[in-house]
Amino acid sequence: MGNNKLFIHKSVVYSVITLLFTPILTTFIYSLSSSWGATILPDGFSLKWYSALLTDPRFIDAFGRSLFICISALLLATVLVLPMIFVVFYYYPKLDKIMNLLILLPFAVPPVVSSVGLLQLYAESKFQLIGTPWILIATYFTIALPFMYRAIANSFTTINLKDLIDAAHLLGASTTKAFLLVILPNLKKGLLASLFLSFSFLLGEFVFANILVGTRYETLQIYLYNMRQTSGHFTSALVMTYFAFIFFCTWLASRLTRGNTQ
Amino acid sequence: MNKRIIALEGQSSRGIRWPSIFLTLAKYRPALWLIPFVLFFYLFQVAPMVWVFINSFVYEGEWSLVNYQAIFDSAFILQSFYNSVWISFWSSLVGLILAALFVSSLRHLNSRIKEAIIAFTNMSSNFAGVPLAFAFIIILGTNGAVTLLLKQWGVIEDFNLYSRWGLLTLYIYFQIPLGALLLYPAFDALKKDAYEAAALLGANPFKYWVKIGIPILSPALLGTFIILFANAIGAYASVYALTAGNYNMVTIRVASLVSGDLFLEPNLAAAISVVLMLLLAFITAINQWLIARSYHGK
Repeated sequence: MGNNKLFIHKSVVYSVITLLFTPILTTFIYSLSSSWGATILPDGFSLKWYSALLTDPRFIDAFGRSLFICISALLLATVLVLPMIFVVFYYYPKLDKIMNLLILLPFAVPPVVSSVGLLQLYAESKFQLIGTPWILIATYFTIALPFMYRAIANSFTTINLKDLIDAAHLLGASTTKAFLLVILPNLKKGLLASLFLSFSFLLGEFVFANILVGTRYETLQIYLYNMRQTSGHFTSALVMTYFAFIFFCTWLASRLTRGNTQ
Repeated sequence: MNKRIIALEGQSSRGIRWPSIFLTLAKYRPALWLIPFVLFFYLFQVAPMVWVFINSFVYEGEWSLVNYQAIFDSAFILQSFYNSVWISFWSSLVGLILAALFVSSLRHLNSRIKEAIIAFTNMSSNFAGVPLAFAFIIILGTNGAVTLLLKQWGVIEDFNLYSRWGLLTLYIYFQIPLGALLLYPAFDALKKDAYEAAALLGANPFKYWVKIGIPILSPALLGTFIILFANAIGAYASVYALTAGNYNMVTIRVASLVSGDLFLEPNLAAAISVVLMLLLAFITAINQWLIARSYHGK
């Protein structure tokens, strides 16, 4: 009876996993096959699509642009969010409730809706924003915000903030120094985990990139979309390369969070 | 900094008769650190929303409800709402059921496998948007491997990925991992003793789920449903990549009104956005009401 039940549970779990894994696996096989027409199995295998991809300067450029945007956006987010959370937790703990509501905004408002307003507001700004990476960097900060706030706020609740700062004050450190030397090292893991998580999220962002910037500054996702007319094998190699990168980032994030709880 | 200088001046000219003002201002000094954050958040999150809301009521420079009138007069825009709600509702429901079955079975496996599977689910939740649409074209497109396989087995006559059913399949795919990750912690509320107690009192598993399991889980299930629904109705990348904007959905309509090649009507796009947000608010309200009721039921 017990074994029978376990068997049912196992088959449910593995069917769903198979369902989730099929598109990834098929894309992988497709990227490795030399040609795969109207048949169920491919004709032969080769790495030529990967070499075609990795030698395409347009791909390298797009990848570089995406890295630049994502890393700048995360730097901006860190610079804006870290002092904000510290001030909220140390001086105005009551604000935490309001912040928890505010950070829901980027979730609740679909990116398409935000981009309508962004396009109109900044279309005629003196310093050109639309069509440049700067608008994406600033907008991506709002996407990363909920992840970063939650992760860092969780780290703040696990440390004894008041006592640590008081101790540092007693020893003659200023609040800024105490924050940088005492508090920051305690937040490192939570911060890094949230950064890797946000990074994988931002690298996959398409809506803002397409509507606000489009082909004027071709990021990885835009490049991927523009390549849709080329060989499916080529786009598969592209999707798999992208996915391997994302996989690495989420893996790093999950390792860091696990380390945090131990 | 400025506030501090003002406070110091006040103090020096009138002696220390105003210490309370000095203290009050000094108390707010740390708040200066909040300014950069507030500024960016306002400029890139709040201001666009405010623009959308205000300009949805503006037509050719004057206050009017013409934009809203246009939505309800246009069969095309109404169809986009119908399509979006249809796909969001069914994909959230099916995704939620599959995710719930998956998570409840997952809890019976041993912890090492469980951890690995959770990690995989987490990873596959990133497989969305444009890459996912491409993967679906490869496996379920006209000459896709799975399409051919299913045709050969005679399961299906023909499958059009670029239709309503194709999109529904795609949406369900990206709802499952999200639903599973959101539901997983909630299943901790189901204690093993409750199941054993019910079994001792003669309840079969079916009765246990109807009388105990689902009522306990219902707030989490409803809460997850609303997140899945919002996720689906706001989705744009996958449907855009799959159909190049040819399938009529709300997000596709909004985007084409602000960034298409011709007929730019940002104020109409704003009005559609406001209706979309109201729809989401309405569904969230129903959901909250159901959650409140389910607590009373207990």
